[in-house]
Amino acid sequence: MDEIDRKIINQLQRGFPICPRPYEEAAKPLGITEAELIQRIESLLENKTLTRFGPMYQIEKAGGAFTLAAMSIPEDEFDKVAEQVNQFPEIAHNYERDHKLNMWFVLGTENPNEITSTIQRIEETTGYKVYNMPKLEEFYVGLYFPV
Amino acid sequence: MTELNDIQQQALKCAIQEGLPVDPRPYQVLADIIGSSEQEVISCIEKWINSGLIKRFGLVIKHHKLGYNANAMVVWNVSDELVDDIGERIKQSGLVTLCYRRPRRLPNWNYNLFCMIHGKDRSQVLEQLEQLREVCQLNEIEHDVLFSYKQFKQCGGRFHKQHPSSPSTPSTYQWNIEKKAVNHG
Repeated sequence: MDEIDRKIINQLQRGFPICPRPYEEAAKPLGITEAELIQRIESLLENKTLTRFGPMYQIEKAGGAFTLAAMSIPEDEFDKVAEQVNQFPEIAHNYERDHKLNMWFVLGTENPNEITSTIQRIEETTGYKVYNMPKLEEFYVGLYFPV
Repeated sequence: MTELNDIQQQALKCAIQEGLPVDPRPYQVLADIIGSSEQEVISCIEKWINSGLIKRFGLVIKHHKLGYNANAMVVWNVSDELVDDIGERIKQSGLVTLCYRRPRRLPNWNYNLFCMIHGKDRSQVLEQLEQLREVCQLNEIEHDVLFSYKQFKQCGGRFHKQHPSSPSTPSTYQWNIEKKAVNHG
């Protein structure tokens, strides 16, 4: 990755123009051509530096729901339970963290009622309690990773 | 100018969820797919951004790939009277990527304010946390730092077309989470 790739990543994490020739528009401040920007984005997608290039939906505005949940799993059961939990298609990401509550995952469902029922099914499947910690208030979201 | 009908809007959501076409006229490409004009697509996406349905439109990076290998969930036990004020201070600090208020789950969990700090390694994250405590005057507040060891799965919520053969009813589209196992040691 060279200096121009870095600039592309930093600039386009902030947003992308919505106009007939957006790549041309975005290429201007980078000092490159539209064709070069397109080619570089394709390479960054191909070598998986970028996950995606497009919209991040706010699931709640579309009627869906998200929550953060945690479980306390004995170390020797952890991998087994992680596998059980991850089999639920509603699980987005799942991390092991260093705390008594050691399994932390995000659930996303089509509507808010399904959060409760999915949590119930996870508890039944695994035999462990799920602590549901939905967002009550959002102070800040600014996922920006300068490179 | 006419607006996109419901079916076209659903089709557009599906068409862009995997990413904007990498083509000089991406909105025209989308218009061709859903049977509308380029301008209608542009207006619709602008409307979604303004309404908040689209939170952000741009690059989504693989942060591990770019060297952001450490992330800590930092949780605080803040009195309910102070939580708005402190949430606002943390927001202003520019040192976190997320800050949410969530419920306590007593007796096992007494933290109600959550933020995320991302960094290239643990020492950088801890340094940022020290800065955060100082800048936001959080030294007196009980907190805990939960670093992650292993990430099992990472994917975003997305519109998924369940039955491609019958795209006529919006209910055939559902939120689906792509299954993907990612290990980071």
